[in-house]
Amino acid sequence: MTNLIPLIFIFPLVGFVWLTMTRERMTQNAAAIVGVGTIGLSALVTAFVGYDFLTHPPAGGTYTQTLWTWMQIGTFAPTFGVRLDALSLTMLGVITGVGFFIHLFAAWYMRGDDGFARFFSYMNLFVAAMLFLVLADDLLFLYFGWEGVGLCSYLLIGFWYKDPANGAAARKAFVVTRIGDTSLIIGLFVLYREFGTLNIDAVLHGAAATWMAGNPLATLVCLLLLGGAVGKSAQLPLQTWLADAMAGPTPVSALIHAATMVTAGVYLIARMHPLFDLSPVALEWVGAVGAITLLLAGFAALMQTDIKKILAYSTMSQIGYMFLAEGVGAYSSAIFHLMTHAFFKALLFLAAGSVILAMHHEQDVFKMGGLRTRLPFTFAVMLIGALALAAFPFTAGYYSKDQILHLAYLTGHHDLWLAGLVGAFLTSLYTFRLIFVVFFGPERWRQSAHAGDPHPGHGASHQIPLAVLAVFALIGGIIHPPLAGVLPQPIVAEAGGWIAYMPEVVSIAGIAAAWLLFLQMPQLPAALATNPATAWLAALWRSAWGFDWLYERVFVRPFVWLSRINRDDPIDHAMNLIPNTLSGLNVLASATQNGNLRWYAAVAGAGLCVLIAVVAFT
Amino acid sequence: MLGPIPMEHGLLLAAALFALGMVGLITRRNVLFMLMSTEIMMNATALAFVVAGARWGEPDGQVMFVLVLTLQAAEACVGLALVIQLFRRFRTLDVDAAATMKG
Repeated sequence: MTNLIPLIFIFPLVGFVWLTMTRERMTQNAAAIVGVGTIGLSALVTAFVGYDFLTHPPAGGTYTQTLWTWMQIGTFAPTFGVRLDALSLTMLGVITGVGFFIHLFAAWYMRGDDGFARFFSYMNLFVAAMLFLVLADDLLFLYFGWEGVGLCSYLLIGFWYKDPANGAAARKAFVVTRIGDTSLIIGLFVLYREFGTLNIDAVLHGAAATWMAGNPLATLVCLLLLGGAVGKSAQLPLQTWLADAMAGPTPVSALIHAATMVTAGVYLIARMHPLFDLSPVALEWVGAVGAITLLLAGFAALMQTDIKKILAYSTMSQIGYMFLAEGVGAYSSAIFHLMTHAFFKALLFLAAGSVILAMHHEQDVFKMGGLRTRLPFTFAVMLIGALALAAFPFTAGYYSKDQILHLAYLTGHHDLWLAGLVGAFLTSLYTFRLIFVVFFGPERWRQSAHAGDPHPGHGASHQIPLAVLAVFALIGGIIHPPLAGVLPQPIVAEAGGWIAYMPEVVSIAGIAAAWLLFLQMPQLPAALATNPATAWLAALWRSAWGFDWLYERVFVRPFVWLSRINRDDPIDHAMNLIPNTLSGLNVLASATQNGNLRWYAAVAGAGLCVLIAVVAFT
Repeated sequence: MLGPIPMEHGLLLAAALFALGMVGLITRRNVLFMLMSTEIMMNATALAFVVAGARWGEPDGQVMFVLVLTLQAAEACVGLALVIQLFRRFRTLDVDAAATMKG
């Protein structure tokens, strides 16, 4: 049965090649069937393999299969090998399961777009690359998938490339994540230097055998890996790209920038957790990065007006929770939150896409309002997603976030716990700000320029994904990934008392505060935003703490300035001699090709004379 | 009765014919005349073969002449087709009209 594992990524690859070869010659229906169907098949195989894995667990809880050796350079022989354990199985389920419903929704969302088949070819390639990432048995293979998803992210953010702003957003995402990728590959270099292999098992065993806890080299490697993780997962200080990444189509935001790719950093740390366990310093950094990011992104989300940007900052903040969980050693809770987050955040993004299309491509929440009667179905599923995001008791998000906060407190990380609690309040506040502004209150869209009645989406490929994801967002918390054998969980005594109930209290308090601020007295936040005493804070939050402003001055402008003054250096001029000489010769030679037939004949005759003369007189 | 024609005379005649053809090829602008000039040049070479064959008493020269004839037929075929195309496209037989390449 496990021989079927390669099929999981072969199907999306076939879909990618097929769609790329035929492109727009295929009808949209056929492209949708190929694009969605391959992911569906992949999800079916995953379910089959997963069932087999759970009923007949392999010895040691890990099943590995080497497909072939990638290359052989001396002793360096990275392999294409797949590794199936509970961690990769959970990721597989998220990628193919949630991915399938997002693809299905995309078939509705992208209908009529000029690049319909191109869109699905990129999406399929993305799924394949993401599957490489989570199935990889070798860090180099993992890195291959890591770069593949980065490429697809770039292609899909800039999908509507005719608008230069989208291209700029795609470039920004690519360059910023590339900084993290560079850090990751340096980390891999160090690991290879130390252990002579990049096989994950060998590296982890080697590290456990040769490095003592607190080894400086282990800390260095962990921090380098963390650098890669923060780049991909949009955490401080490389978080600036994610908000711009919303330039891509909404299903892309749901699949890549909420459910799967941005959680790759969390996966990487969980996968390499024995290494992080050797370095308490690095683990503290992981927790600190998560806590700070979740707070900063939470405040930033409060002031956004673009429905997708609210969700983007919310994603950053939720991934912050996962990092926080890993920082306190609760890897299994981090992956659990990753899974539930994939359910409800994909749902929220898809529902937001449904709202955006219903409002004729309007994304500003303050140009919506009162939509709950107009879009009852979208309202219902979005409310479920929002409740899960706000960790309302007994929704999926509640179980995972509660677990994280609980473990953070019980392992003695009270500062992280407090940050998480404040973040939970912020989460409820901005989530229900979104809900109340969009679905309640006055129908502000009547005043907007391109007013038209909202037209609710319909059709199976619109309703089914939203409905299924809503069910998962509601009850996904009862799915417990069988991670116990792979990822350790801190052992703590059950804590009683009021601490255990704080997440619930905070979550409901946040919803109540949002109701008060944005529905009952909307003049109060408006007054705060214009009041000179607090306006600077509002502006700071709106610009997400001014990181773009800062990076523009600290990195972008000096770099542009350097490259400008460096444009005319003498070495360039010396190099340019070669092409200049060649193009001069080209001008001479092409001047003889004037198309004048008699000239050709004369030259041929003259050449013949010269040849005869040479032969005759030498 | 005159003796056999000396080989030099034959070769000189061939060279003169070849030069005439060459000059015609270079100076004529009408593509039809250029084609005829090339025919003259090829005939000059064929004559040279025949003369050389006669000088050595071998049949090879005449074999080569037949080969050149075949070649001429093929060349005329292609050449005339090109002439027709030229005329269709430019409504003239002036070969300089087709010199539209910018070099």
